[in-house]
Amino acid sequence: MGKRPGALIPLLQGTQELFGYLPEESMVRIARALGLSPAEVYGVATFYGQFRLKPAGKHIVTVCHGTACHVAGAERISGALERALGVKAGETTRDRKFTLRDVACLGCCSLSPVVMVDKTVHGKLASAGIPALLKNYG
Amino acid sequence: MKTLRGSRFTVTVGLGSCGVAAGAEAVAEAFRKESAKRGLAAEVGITGCVGMCHREVLAEVSIPGGPLSLYGDLTPPRAARVVAEHLAGGVPVREWLVAGEGADLSSLPYFAKQKKIVLRNCGFIDPEDIGDSVGRGGYSALASAIESGSPDGVVQAVVDSGLRGRGGAGFPTGIKWRITRDAPGAEKYLICNADEGDPGAFMDRSVLESDPHAVIEGMAIAAYAIGARRGIIYVRAEYPLAVKRLGIAVRQAEARGFLGRNILGKGFDFTVSLMEGAGAFVCGEETALIQSIQGERGMPRLRPPFPSSRGLWGKPTCINNVETLAAVPWIIAHGAAAYAAIGTPGSRGTKVFALAGKVARGGLVEVPMGITLREIIFDIGGGSPTGLAVKAVQIGGPSGGCLPADLFDTPIDYESLQESGAIMGSGGMIVLDGTSCMVDIARYFLAFTQAESCGKCTFCRIGTKRMLDILERIATGKGRMEDLGLLEELGEKVKAASLCGLGQTAPNPVLTTLRFFRDEYAAHIRDRRCPAKKCKALFSYGIDAGACVGCGACVRACPAKAIAGEPKKPHRLEPRVCTRCGLCVETCKFGAIAAE
Repeated sequence: MGKRPGALIPLLQGTQELFGYLPEESMVRIARALGLSPAEVYGVATFYGQFRLKPAGKHIVTVCHGTACHVAGAERISGALERALGVKAGETTRDRKFTLRDVACLGCCSLSPVVMVDKTVHGKLASAGIPALLKNYG
Repeated sequence: MKTLRGSRFTVTVGLGSCGVAAGAEAVAEAFRKESAKRGLAAEVGITGCVGMCHREVLAEVSIPGGPLSLYGDLTPPRAARVVAEHLAGGVPVREWLVAGEGADLSSLPYFAKQKKIVLRNCGFIDPEDIGDSVGRGGYSALASAIESGSPDGVVQAVVDSGLRGRGGAGFPTGIKWRITRDAPGAEKYLICNADEGDPGAFMDRSVLESDPHAVIEGMAIAAYAIGARRGIIYVRAEYPLAVKRLGIAVRQAEARGFLGRNILGKGFDFTVSLMEGAGAFVCGEETALIQSIQGERGMPRLRPPFPSSRGLWGKPTCINNVETLAAVPWIIAHGAAAYAAIGTPGSRGTKVFALAGKVARGGLVEVPMGITLREIIFDIGGGSPTGLAVKAVQIGGPSGGCLPADLFDTPIDYESLQESGAIMGSGGMIVLDGTSCMVDIARYFLAFTQAESCGKCTFCRIGTKRMLDILERIATGKGRMEDLGLLEELGEKVKAASLCGLGQTAPNPVLTTLRFFRDEYAAHIRDRRCPAKKCKALFSYGIDAGACVGCGACVRACPAKAIAGEPKKPHRLEPRVCTRCGLCVETCKFGAIAAE
């Protein structure tokens, strides 16, 4: 393929779409195909928030920490999720069912506080309602 | 809203991200099911965002010969009732009508002071059908630009309109176009910056989801003006619906000959491709964005050379924001003078704001420049929903600042906002009341920029970290009064010694809160007290023995086992065990637990 650095990020995105994360072996192969060093690929993969280097859980629970959500108590929602799942943001439960992560803003500010599970957004949440929310995804 | 008085039963559901999140898909499905059950051949269509996020789910309903009625706050059971009573029975369900039967939306206080230019089609067209856009004048400005045969004339029109970049910095758009046009080189690029990353901002997302053709048409006009043959939309991957609709819109525009080779038969070639941003806030900065498209870490570089002379792959590149590009077709269609007639001498035209926080009517609003903060917050937004006084407004996100209520008569224009210590920014506007702690808000934004700093400039990388350390110290009651001067000194140095807009503006939330809310900082330091009861180390919860009925709900809810008591007798809360998670307050039905 020769040196085509412009293709790197779309390739990493496609790889993650396929595996749910970026396996080391894939990054090495992408580096070889694009004429880059594995270190360059790793440097890009770790720069961007979208990329995960570890396998994710079956469901990805994303807590919005946008300004409106922050003001509406996003930290309490994060706390409730951490207690319910027993993991911190960025971690995956031992049974591989859930990965908990934070996002800077989902842009659904009038529904704050907001949590996205996979691609579904749940708005106007209360921390007391978190266990019931998770039950839907058990 | 295609025809005012139709001959059919129509239902149009608002399917922007906010609508979807509020359950719009289920509402649309309920409309389909219920009308089929009753044998009504109702057309259930979709549209984007009309900007009334506070009334989602929204849908427009009409019956043959009847006027359009806009419903808000819909749920699937309510949709069923609308079908039964309005579609089948001919009598509108008044309680959920947004503006009364057939009433003009512009009569509502929410819309009366708005002026829709960028949002002209949002909520009025099906964003996945180019025919709707063309029906409302879409791509006619492109046609007239190309037919004029004068790219210089198009550049001049945008210069004369006074349009300034809406991404935050406010550089005059026409001047940027002219510099790129005049730059030597046969190959030039046009990039649409759709990497909207400010927390609390969703203007660009709504435009992309509701009227992608406005942006694509604006890009084609810009490309014609500067002499670019390739365009790239750099769109945030966290906006899947925007990515999807942009893809559909580009394909439909190609099929109609608005993009591609020999556009409208006049020998102008222009193609558009999408690139999904991979989640780095700093990539909103133009040189970082270019690095990212080139497959590298998104780190800004020293300017000059500016991208207009050396940008993507070393070629002259013009980068414009979504809102800027969406205004361009209107300017070409209505003339530069019409646009320049709106706003103030230094800031022409309109600006879109994402209004949210402690405000009764939040949503997407487009206002003429020169309007005051007070008009936006109270006349359009309806003020506080809780009855608590509005204390401040945060404008411009992590690059902006917090302005107190006594500055609410500040007009919205680039210079006045800059003078106040905030900035126009991209358009996030969060209203704050007494339940918001200004130290906490400053810490919140700084934690964001500190984490998003790319690390290239020392002051941005380490300075923001040290500032954050100081703020955390203050928030936990370990601050010293000297810390305030230290924060100001460090803040000025971070601003002065950073290459790009991220570092140059990161201290703004801290500096403005220090300037306008110094007494709150002092309360945290001197009195070890958080007046808003937000900073966990500086308040505790207590149970009001008079209000507690001893139901035990809080005991079961408390994850820290900090509450005890006998049934039907007032309970006690042990502050040393309590983690201030607030679950008990949420759980108590008698309002017996409060921060003290």
